[in-house]
Amino acid sequence: MSAQLKPRDNRGWLFVLPVVCTIAFTAIVPLLMVVNFSVQDIFGINRVWVGAEWFIDVLQDRSIRDSFWRNIAFSVQVLAVQIPLGILLGLGMPKKGVMASVSLVLMALPLLIPHNVVGTIWQIFGRGDIGLGGHVLNETLGITYNYAQDGLDAWLTVLVMDTWHWAPLVALLVYAGLQSIPDDYYKAAAIDGARRFAVFRYIELPRLQAVLTIALLLRFMDSFMIYTEPFVLTGGGPGTTTNFLSISLSKIAVGQFDLGRGAAFSLLYFFLIQVFCFVFFQLMKRRQ
Amino acid sequence: MAEIALRGITHRYDGEGDAALNNIDLVWENGGAYALLGPSGCGKTTMLNLISGLLTPTQGIVAFDGVDVSGLPPTERNIAQVFQFPVLYESMTVEQNLRFPLRNRGMSKPDAQRRAEEICDLLELSELRRRRSKGLSADAKQLVSLGRALVRTDVAAILFDEPLTVIDPQKKWGLRQALKRVHQELGHTLVYVTHDQTEALTFADEVVVMNAGEVVQKASPDVLFERPAHRFVGTFIGSPGMNFLPASRDGSIVSVADIDLLDVGDAAIPDGDSELVAGIRPEFVTVHPASAPGRLPATVKRRQDLGTIYQLELSVSGERVIAKVAERPALAGSECFVEFDPGHLMLFHGDRAVDGVTPRHRGAGGAAPR
Repeated sequence: MSAQLKPRDNRGWLFVLPVVCTIAFTAIVPLLMVVNFSVQDIFGINRVWVGAEWFIDVLQDRSIRDSFWRNIAFSVQVLAVQIPLGILLGLGMPKKGVMASVSLVLMALPLLIPHNVVGTIWQIFGRGDIGLGGHVLNETLGITYNYAQDGLDAWLTVLVMDTWHWAPLVALLVYAGLQSIPDDYYKAAAIDGARRFAVFRYIELPRLQAVLTIALLLRFMDSFMIYTEPFVLTGGGPGTTTNFLSISLSKIAVGQFDLGRGAAFSLLYFFLIQVFCFVFFQLMKRRQ
Repeated sequence: MAEIALRGITHRYDGEGDAALNNIDLVWENGGAYALLGPSGCGKTTMLNLISGLLTPTQGIVAFDGVDVSGLPPTERNIAQVFQFPVLYESMTVEQNLRFPLRNRGMSKPDAQRRAEEICDLLELSELRRRRSKGLSADAKQLVSLGRALVRTDVAAILFDEPLTVIDPQKKWGLRQALKRVHQELGHTLVYVTHDQTEALTFADEVVVMNAGEVVQKASPDVLFERPAHRFVGTFIGSPGMNFLPASRDGSIVSVADIDLLDVGDAAIPDGDSELVAGIRPEFVTVHPASAPGRLPATVKRRQDLGTIYQLELSVSGERVIAKVAERPALAGSECFVEFDPGHLMLFHGDRAVDGVTPRHRGAGGAAPR
């Protein structure tokens, strides 16, 4: 009976074939190559089977572990700053009229700028000699600020730059979420004598949950893979203060051409991201 | 609780242009159960929002017990309002929802809890008290919304904006009864907006009929049915609405299709006899096989069996007249005579009813059952 309702038609495979080929060529085969590298030591044409040695090596590497905790600290700070800031911005944006359009455009502007350009803009802006920001901080306000020499300055510069770049994304998501709240909710709150904070806490926040989960996910993923901005700003320095996982990885794999170590590192990095994705997905599912 | 007066209220949403409400003077007496009835877009909701303070009138004054509150925000007006679609604080439980308006006004937690439990009992929500309100069914949600209005003891009035739209028809009746019971127990002033006449007529002591931003008539359901003051009320109330036939006047005698039907006596009739219209409800039209004084010749166009009664579509000198009759009537296409129950025949000039009109004939038919 079910065979009659659902006839087998193997022509379906034909339509999937181009995708299978493309993915095999661009993702599966390269990934298998990486797996291949990660279990060997390669010197030109000489290859030695080393098993799990690279993985153990990477996991025991002090500087890679530091990079990992640096990434975690950075992502936590990004979320702690950008989510509340985005909510405040979204709440503050005008809902109607010309100013609504103007603020939408202004908010979207940083999102249109490529990562490396953002890095370059702030690299110049923060310089003490020719940058406005650096000059004002050092000369006018008398705060010693030099991202090229001071680790904390470099860290804060990357954090501020990332916030400037991506807090508007959170703001726009929140703005869209707020638009979908029916007017009656606000009316009912006014009738019930709710104060502004209660309106936020009991009407807006519950209804923003879905949007905020997305914002949290996007901002976490994006900040966890941060590479371009610190690379352009200081190349991971000064010292190792902005040496994030992706920068360490590219130094090992591309800079030192240490294929075995790099491959093992990137597979662990990949696995880590999969774990985070899984955890987020489970959290989202439980919310719903 | 208070008497709510609207004086010279005009409201325009964009500050100019068409008025959503046009020069309204109206008093809601303390403790009354009112229905606000009218077609969609006639200004009912605008009027509610003006009373509750969600809107500020362009012109005119809203007064509670003689005190002008036009400038006050909703929080300071002590009005409860229920909206068409359920509004819940979804992260709260049912009883937290009910406590919310009380706690916001500084009631102590035990008092608020006691009050919330009372309302849960009244609305038969006790089983759901500790449930999170997000997962409730549509009608349970609306019950909680109703509860948040009823829970407040100090309100000047409770306003309902078509609150039963989302409720199953079977449950509507029970809810309306619950509201009536609450009204009898607590004695709040209730204003109930609807475009459903059955809802309005069963709920209210007095019905305010609105059309196009104006109050057309404020009267008890009986008066709206028997003596509509405006042709709109005749059409809008009743199913189907009132029949209207062009009338002409010779001296004080008014006739329809050359049959003398009414004596206007010395009633004041504005100029322009061409605007005279006779009105009769389908319930008060009887159909007879033979001619008699005061009867008008008619043709049966269509016959509809409504179960307990028949609805006839007749043609009286080219005008369409609907009759509701109890006995099995003549077939479509046949000639007959119609008689209008003299006690229920009305005269209108333009849109307005003319008072002080007496019938010319006693009539033999008598009123058909409503």
